[in-house]
Amino acid sequence: MLGLDKKDTTLLIVVAVLALFAPFLLNPFPTESALAQFNAGYPDLMQRFVIFGIFAIGFNILFGLTGYLSFGHAAFLGVGSYAAVWMFKLLGYNVVPGIILSVIVAGVFALLIGFISLRRSGIYFSILTLAFAQMSFAMAYSVLTPITNGETGLQVYSSDNPLFQTATDPNVPHLFGLVMRESYTMKVGAWSFSFNNGYYLCAILMLVAFYISIRIFRSPFGLMLRAVKSNQQRMNYTGLSARPYTLAAFVISGMYAGLAGGLLASMDPLAGAERMQWTASGEVVLMTILGGAGTLIGPVLGAGFIKYFENIFSKINESTLHGWFSWLPDPIEDPLVWLLEHFIGGGWALTLGTLFMLVVIFLPGGLVEGGQRIGRLISGKSRGTEDETGKPAATSHPAE
Amino acid sequence: MDDIILQILNGLDKGSAYALIALGLTLIFGTLGVVNFAHGALFMIGAFCAVTLQKLLSLERIEVSATEKTAWGTPLEIKTPYAELWFGHDFGAAIIDWSVPLAILFAIPVMLAIGYVMERGLIKHFYKRPHADQILVTFGLAIVLQELIKHYYGANPIPTPAPSAFRGSFDFGVLLGFDAGSIIYPYWRMVYFAFSAVIIGAVFAFLQFTTFGMVVRAGMADRETVGLLGINIDRRFTIMFGLAAAVAGLAGVMYTPINSPNYHMGMDFLVLSFVVVVVGGMGSLPGAVLAGFLLGILESFASYSPIKNFFETWLFLPSIDQIIIYLVAIIILLTRPRGLMGRKGVMED
Repeated sequence: MLGLDKKDTTLLIVVAVLALFAPFLLNPFPTESALAQFNAGYPDLMQRFVIFGIFAIGFNILFGLTGYLSFGHAAFLGVGSYAAVWMFKLLGYNVVPGIILSVIVAGVFALLIGFISLRRSGIYFSILTLAFAQMSFAMAYSVLTPITNGETGLQVYSSDNPLFQTATDPNVPHLFGLVMRESYTMKVGAWSFSFNNGYYLCAILMLVAFYISIRIFRSPFGLMLRAVKSNQQRMNYTGLSARPYTLAAFVISGMYAGLAGGLLASMDPLAGAERMQWTASGEVVLMTILGGAGTLIGPVLGAGFIKYFENIFSKINESTLHGWFSWLPDPIEDPLVWLLEHFIGGGWALTLGTLFMLVVIFLPGGLVEGGQRIGRLISGKSRGTEDETGKPAATSHPAE
Repeated sequence: MDDIILQILNGLDKGSAYALIALGLTLIFGTLGVVNFAHGALFMIGAFCAVTLQKLLSLERIEVSATEKTAWGTPLEIKTPYAELWFGHDFGAAIIDWSVPLAILFAIPVMLAIGYVMERGLIKHFYKRPHADQILVTFGLAIVLQELIKHYYGANPIPTPAPSAFRGSFDFGVLLGFDAGSIIYPYWRMVYFAFSAVIIGAVFAFLQFTTFGMVVRAGMADRETVGLLGINIDRRFTIMFGLAAAVAGLAGVMYTPINSPNYHMGMDFLVLSFVVVVVGGMGSLPGAVLAGFLLGILESFASYSPIKNFFETWLFLPSIDQIIIYLVAIIILLTRPRGLMGRKGVMED
């Protein structure tokens, strides 16, 4: 179907079903129960799942396929957000021009940065992209204040007078009258499920993005990108230049990031410089490797995982922990709570860093590899089969 | 003319910090072939060594006075630092006053130990892994260290003053024959520059004139051959890692009076230090030092108001000082991809 083979079609359909029924799946606990704090089915969080899913899918096209580790992808996300908010300010609250422009602007920006950064590879490339992102952050924060509104962040003011905003149009982001932040709430017994317009827009775009990413993975172009990763020298010897391919991958992933940024702004018409900071760039790297770099489904899983636990961890506090571990004897409970207390509440960044290290050290292939290992363990098959993308296990580089 | 001298002087202290961090980065990269994204965190930990020592020294014993009362009628609390109780009033007060220089003694063993543990416990396992993994794991470590410091010391900058003897400023204007007050330069910045010059000199002398340094340089050039000669090069490289950590930590200790330390200072300096390393030429120690000072001075010139105004009016770039280093790095990479002093064959891929 749609030019995909059977396995990929199944994967796409599974993801589509999961995305469309997410409001049910993410709300397994009744609203009034004690476990309701583990529900993730409210619009704001679901939007972030799919938006950061798009971001990570795009990042994976660059990092997973070519192995070029960019540390500055948040810059494209930020640029996309600014572009979208400017469209709201100039043209009106319809999200379509904002999203289109955010993709285009991020693509042009990625072309510029990629053209320079891709002159070097390996470590140099990572450092360069990090430097560019920090430079973009500094520019957004102070240098370009007339465009970005500096520290305050860019937002739409009532004095802006957009060009196509008529009196009947809603005064919040909308898609031809469909207001993004409105939801339809369905109550079934003790459960309540909310279906948010914005979420479905993001989810549909995420599915499109996912589909494109599958096509790229399976295309001759994707094969070229993998060749860049496995042995660039050999590729050069066969008379191919790696530069155009890596630049194309960089721009595509930049456009994905721009789309994510545009969607973030469409859900909540704000754009701030902190979206471009290095921690944000690090987060998308983590999402990708946590899920499994170079796999199709990995980045989506990683994004969902990170955003879900970010939400849960920041809600827990010390007394909740004491409640959970009250069955332990005090000499064990107190040190345990003391230890865990570092990671909860405002300590999410610490959790993120720890997770980062643990994943890189113990599970370089991410959740997908972890799942495969467990699967193999259960089915009892021996190792050495190729993983989902068809690339051999990570460390072996033939003829290097 | 006096303005130009002032800008050069102003650039020296930031340049010293860049040079010291970039030197450590290059040392680690040259010996172990690892890009250490946690190096900025080491700089920050050094700074917090100074903060910790200052806090420890000024711990106070609180006595409730029997006779005196405060304005509210409650008994007056007399606070005496333990340092003054133990070492006598004058000497104790001097110790507290000199806590930042004293922190050097405190920081050296701490940083060497942290460096040693980091290399043996973590980085050792990443030599055979791809560069991307090395970057990621040290990046994660940097976040962890930074957040731990934030958790225990709070998010606000902690003022850590220099000894009172160095708190004033020196008037270079009189010395050089300009108007008095035209070139005012704080004493501590002079100390910082002199300190970093000594450290840089010591590192180079250590590598150049000792047998240990010779072996390390040989190892940097050809690790396998040195290993074949029966020398345990790994152990020496581990020590070099500790040394690089100590250099970063000392740079942090002495930097505290210039800028009050906060938990994100490490990352702020790290990104710029990477740019310094790239401009200087990856793997080149003199390049790192040279580029550090050059970029520090350049940044200072960019914040000089006539130049700043020029950029703002003619090129529509206000606050050029915030991005000048990146712009220069881009130009250098486009015209001279190997950096100022990079050698052929070092990190060419």
